[in-house]
Amino acid sequence: MHSKLNSLLKSDVRLEEGLTACMNCGICTAICPAAEYFEYDPRSIAVTVQSGNEEEIATLLESDTIWYCGQCMSCKTRCPRNNCPGLIISVLRKVSQETGAFVQSRMGRQQYLIVKNIGMNILNYGYCVHPTILMPENHPEQGPVWKWVYENMGEVYASVGANLNGDGPGAMRKISGADLGELHRIFKESGGLKFYETIEHFSKIKALELGFVNENGEADMEKYTQHLLQEI
Amino acid sequence: METKTKTRWSEHNKEIADDHFFYLRSCIRQNFNPAAEKIFLSILQKNLGKDIYDDPRHTTCTGIGYHADIVPFETLQTVIARQFSLMAEKGYKNCAVSCITSFGCYNEVLATWKQFPDEMAKAGENLRKATGREFEMPENLSHSCDIIYKFRKEIARQARYRLVHRETGEPLKIVDHIGCHYAKIFPEKSVGGSEYSRVLTGMIEAWGGESVDYPERRHCCGFGFRHYLIKNNRSYSISNSRKKFVSMEPYRPDAILTNCPGCNMFMDRWQYTLAQIEGKTYGGGTNGIPVLSHEELAGLVLGYDPWKDLGLQMHQVDVEPLLQKIGIVYDPAQKFAGVNGKYINEPLFTGCFNPHN
Repeated sequence: MHSKLNSLLKSDVRLEEGLTACMNCGICTAICPAAEYFEYDPRSIAVTVQSGNEEEIATLLESDTIWYCGQCMSCKTRCPRNNCPGLIISVLRKVSQETGAFVQSRMGRQQYLIVKNIGMNILNYGYCVHPTILMPENHPEQGPVWKWVYENMGEVYASVGANLNGDGPGAMRKISGADLGELHRIFKESGGLKFYETIEHFSKIKALELGFVNENGEADMEKYTQHLLQEI
Repeated sequence: METKTKTRWSEHNKEIADDHFFYLRSCIRQNFNPAAEKIFLSILQKNLGKDIYDDPRHTTCTGIGYHADIVPFETLQTVIARQFSLMAEKGYKNCAVSCITSFGCYNEVLATWKQFPDEMAKAGENLRKATGREFEMPENLSHSCDIIYKFRKEIARQARYRLVHRETGEPLKIVDHIGCHYAKIFPEKSVGGSEYSRVLTGMIEAWGGESVDYPERRHCCGFGFRHYLIKNNRSYSISNSRKKFVSMEPYRPDAILTNCPGCNMFMDRWQYTLAQIEGKTYGGGTNGIPVLSHEELAGLVLGYDPWKDLGLQMHQVDVEPLLQKIGIVYDPAQKFAGVNGKYINEPLFTGCFNPHN
């Protein structure tokens, strides 16, 4: 796997956009909100990728480090060489998932949860987020007003002129079957579905490795999900 | 010196189309502040006499999934190509984008297609195979805040209210928060760039308020995509918002103005959550600092109803203190009314603390 990493990274045009020539100045780390919060240094990631050292890149792909970035892209604004470490991170994360390295880190493993949540919302509703799945018990930070909205959803959305689950235009309209069909086919044609399946495939292997097995000897993904939700 | 200044400013003045927009909605704004999108359409169509088309066929751009790294770049490009195909089919050339994440994605894809034409060809081929569609590039891509900014003076001329304290006559102090992907990725695609953003301050000043700078004005709200989406990671998100609230607290702002749907929601909800954790607010007494988006603020000064037109009852931090400062005439009894004006019921409490505890 290691011999392929550089070519996998370089096959993504975003690496060319995100990394031209890093001079190791560290302004990206100085401005980075994630570097302030985590033990995280986008400068060293840019340097590692620039070096092309396969061993170090392999270590990065299996680490929590690449999952710390919040994708705010503040680094893009300030880099004097017009690099974008946030974009380098996007490429590293893609390769980490394609090769299965992501399941070796706690934060990498969380990708399975995101596929099952945001990924399914996109395919099922045509939206990244849908109010019907924003259950107040899972979102205590949303507060009492969201709880009120959630419990009186139809009436509240209608009262402010939204078109929740309705035909035709408007906020939170139902995305028609024809349009969802086009979205599905785009995901199939452009590799989106395969990417979801790849994340699920490696997650199942990890679930088996961790002993989450059902009575049929298959990966118990419900238990694996609960494990990920508790894992800190 | 004057010439240099003018040159620098011209670098940060983007071209914003004047009319005939194809509207691209936001997943987050439709969820949490759906009326903001409705009022944007009303302002353009009714107040400004513009043509804007709301096509029910467009879907999410998948931007949240893209930045949470579950949606490949190739898929993002193809979904965006489909949006452009719908636009062209209806005869439009100018995009009006509601979401800041989407705005960044559209600009990233357009920049990629310019630099790497093979990527555009691949997206076109994917789209053709999947849907039989062809697409055209937009001539202009503006965020909805760009468009409100462009017409801010016309809105000021039609305004029923000004952002002035009705009792003291002093301008209201408003801090802004610009969504990161509005200007940090492509500063030249924004009004004022990322360091000296003018898009929201221009509105505040045009409508009579005082724009207040604060040290962490440019800091991220903390959404962080995967950091908020995963419950265990949300401390990253709230910590970043807290940094902003701490920074703005000494200036005692009357309101926070945002252009990003996600930021708007986070700046509102995290004030409540921080109050529950820390037992304090960062302004606005026990209520917190009201948070409004550019569409909502434009709607307020134009005299739209805060509840049925603007949906401000969907905010956790109560906007009524701000309405009262401006002197807006409204009916408190309609705040929690349903479609027929009949009272539904109401949240346990609004603002940051339960007054009954």
